[in-house]
Amino acid sequence: MSVLISLYLEQSNSGTNRTTYVMECVSLPPLSNFAICGGTHGNELTGVYILREMQKHNVEKVGSVSITTVLSNPRAVDACRRYTDRDLNRCFTDDLLSSPITESTPYELRRAQELNAHLGPKGSEEAVDLLCDMHNTTSNMGLCIIFNSADWLILHICKYLQSKITSMPVRALQMDLPLSEAFSVDSLGKHGFSFEIGPQPHGVLRADVFNTMKEAVDLTIEWLQQFNSGRTFEGGEVEAYTRWKTVHYPRDPTTDEITAAIHPQLQDNDFKLLQPGDPIFLSLSGETVKHEGDALYPVFVNECAYYEQKIAYHLTQKSTLTLPSINVKKD
Amino acid sequence: MSSYSSSARFDEARRVAIFGGTHGNEMSGVTLVNLWVKNGSEIQRKMVDTKPFITNPRAVEKCTRYVDTDLNRAFTPENLSALGEGDLPYEVQRAQEINRIFGPKGSPEAYDVIFDLHNTTSNMGCTLILESSKDYFNLQMMNYIKVTALRSYFCCVNIVLCDWFIAGLEVGPQPQGVLRSNIFEAMRVILKHALDFIELFNEGRTGVEFPTCTVEVFRVLERIDYPRDANGNIIAMVHPNLQDGDWEPLNPGDPMFLTFDGKTLHYQGSGTIYPTFINEAAYYEKQQAFVTTRRETLVASAIRKA
Repeated sequence: MSVLISLYLEQSNSGTNRTTYVMECVSLPPLSNFAICGGTHGNELTGVYILREMQKHNVEKVGSVSITTVLSNPRAVDACRRYTDRDLNRCFTDDLLSSPITESTPYELRRAQELNAHLGPKGSEEAVDLLCDMHNTTSNMGLCIIFNSADWLILHICKYLQSKITSMPVRALQMDLPLSEAFSVDSLGKHGFSFEIGPQPHGVLRADVFNTMKEAVDLTIEWLQQFNSGRTFEGGEVEAYTRWKTVHYPRDPTTDEITAAIHPQLQDNDFKLLQPGDPIFLSLSGETVKHEGDALYPVFVNECAYYEQKIAYHLTQKSTLTLPSINVKKD
Repeated sequence: MSSYSSSARFDEARRVAIFGGTHGNEMSGVTLVNLWVKNGSEIQRKMVDTKPFITNPRAVEKCTRYVDTDLNRAFTPENLSALGEGDLPYEVQRAQEINRIFGPKGSPEAYDVIFDLHNTTSNMGCTLILESSKDYFNLQMMNYIKVTALRSYFCCVNIVLCDWFIAGLEVGPQPQGVLRSNIFEAMRVILKHALDFIELFNEGRTGVEFPTCTVEVFRVLERIDYPRDANGNIIAMVHPNLQDGDWEPLNPGDPMFLTFDGKTLHYQGSGTIYPTFINEAAYYEKQQAFVTTRRETLVASAIRKA
C-alpha cells in the first residue's frame, strides 16, 4: 500500500500560520474471510463458549464476510487445561511451523501445523484475511486487543471498539516482533489480533466477560461489513501500550521458589502508572519490594499461566499512533 | 455467675495439623504450609504440637486440583479400607497414608484438631466449615475467630454448617493457581486466631472457660446446578446480579442464570435463601453452580478443659 502525505498551510482568523500534516486516505483490499478462534488455551472458557454458540447457530456468513470458527486446542478444552504437552500459543514461529513432525512431536506442535495448513500458510496469499483469537486472563485488564505490528486495519478496529464498548475499558497492546518470530495463532492471518479479557479465573465462565467478548466479536464483524461495503473510516489517534519488559518474581537463590506475592497496591492495578518507589512485591516474610527505574505501565499483573516461567507482570510504555483514514480498494 | 459446673469438658488439644495442598492449585494453603515446614516458629504455641503438612504433593507439583481423583472426597470408609496399594488411584493411597499418620478419625491416636486450608474462586471471603451443630469445641473456636477477626481487622468471617462438606477453611475469591497477597494474609490471620484459641483453651488450669455463646451460621440446604441441554452441556451462566453475591439474600423472582442469548432465568424457590460457592471453578464437573443456605443461630455450650 502507498501513502501520500500532503503538507499545507492554513491561515486562521487571528492571522497566524498553522501547519497541518494530513495523511491521505489509504485504500486496502476487501476482507472476505474472517477466522475466529477459541480454546487456544483450554481453560480460558469465554472463547470456548462463544464458539459453541456460533456453531450452534451455524454462523458461517454475515453479509460479505465468510466466517470460520475454530476450536484451536480440542484436547486441552476437553481436559479444561491450558495445554496438554506445551503452550499452543507459542508454537507459531516460522521455525516451529516448519519443523519436521515425528512420533515424539508434542501434540500442540502438530496442531499448530494443522492450523497453519487450515488458516494460513502464515505469510502467504492464501492465509485468512483476518484472524481473531479469544483469550482470558486472571489479571484485571478489562478488554485488550493484542496485535503484533501496527497494522492500520487492526488499529481502526481498536478505535471502533473503543468508541462503542462501555462495559469495560478497551486498550490496545502492541507486541512488535518480526513476523518470523511471531509465535501466537493470530500471526497466521494476513491481519491478526487477540482479544484478552480479564479478570476471570481459568476454568470459570463469567456472564459479564462473556457478554463483552460477544459484543467485541459482533462489532468486529460489523466493522468488516461496513468496510467491505465502502465506508471510509476517519483517521485519528489510538493509544497503544508497547515495548514490553518482563518482571520476574523474587526467588530463593537455591530452590528457585517464588518468595513474594504481588503487593496489594499493585494487585488489580494493571495500566496504572508505576512510579519509582511504588510497592510491587510483598515477601512472605513481610518485606516490601519497590519499583526502581522509569515510570511505566504494568500489564498482566498476577496472570496464573505466567507462574510457570516465574513472570510477575510486564512493563510497557504508552505511545500514540496516528492513523490515516481507510476505505476498501475498488477494482 | 459463670456456668462453670455445666460447661462441656474437652481434653486439651495437644496435637494440631495444618493441611495445605489438598487441592494442588489452591495456593494460599500450599504457600503457608511450605513456609511453615521450613520455619514453623509462627505456628508454635505453648503445649501444642503443630504439624504443617502437604497432603497432595503430586497435585501441588503439577499445580492441578488432583491427579486421579479429588482427595477431598477420598476419605470414605471404602477407600480407607481398600487393598491394592500401588494399583489404587494416587489420592486413595494418599488418603490411606494421611489416615495412618493423623487418624484414624475418632480414635484416641487421632490428631485433636485439623485445619484443612482451601481457596475458592467464589466471592466468599473467609469461611469456616462446620460439620455438626453439636461440635461445641469447633463452634467455640469459630466464634472466637469470628469475633477476634472482626474486632482486630474488620474482617468478616462466615460459618457454614454442612454435614456433606469436609471441615476446613475456605478463603476467596482467588483464581486457581494464583497467589493473592490479601487472601494469603487473611488465611494467615485466621490460623493465628485459631491457634491462639487452642493455646488459651489448653491453659485451662487457670480456670479459663469459654462461656455459652450464640453463633450465627449459614446452614446448607441444597446444590443448584447449571441449566443444561440433553447432552449435559451448560446452556446458561450465573447471572451478573448473582455473580459475586455470596451471602447476599436471593429472593424468589430474583435473577439467577443468564442464557447465552440473553434470557434471564429467575430463582423459583419459596423463600429467601443465602447463596454461596457461587461459580466455583472446581464445581462445574460436580454439577453445582451454587449452594443455597439459610441463616441460623446456634448455641454453643460453655467449654473448658477437662
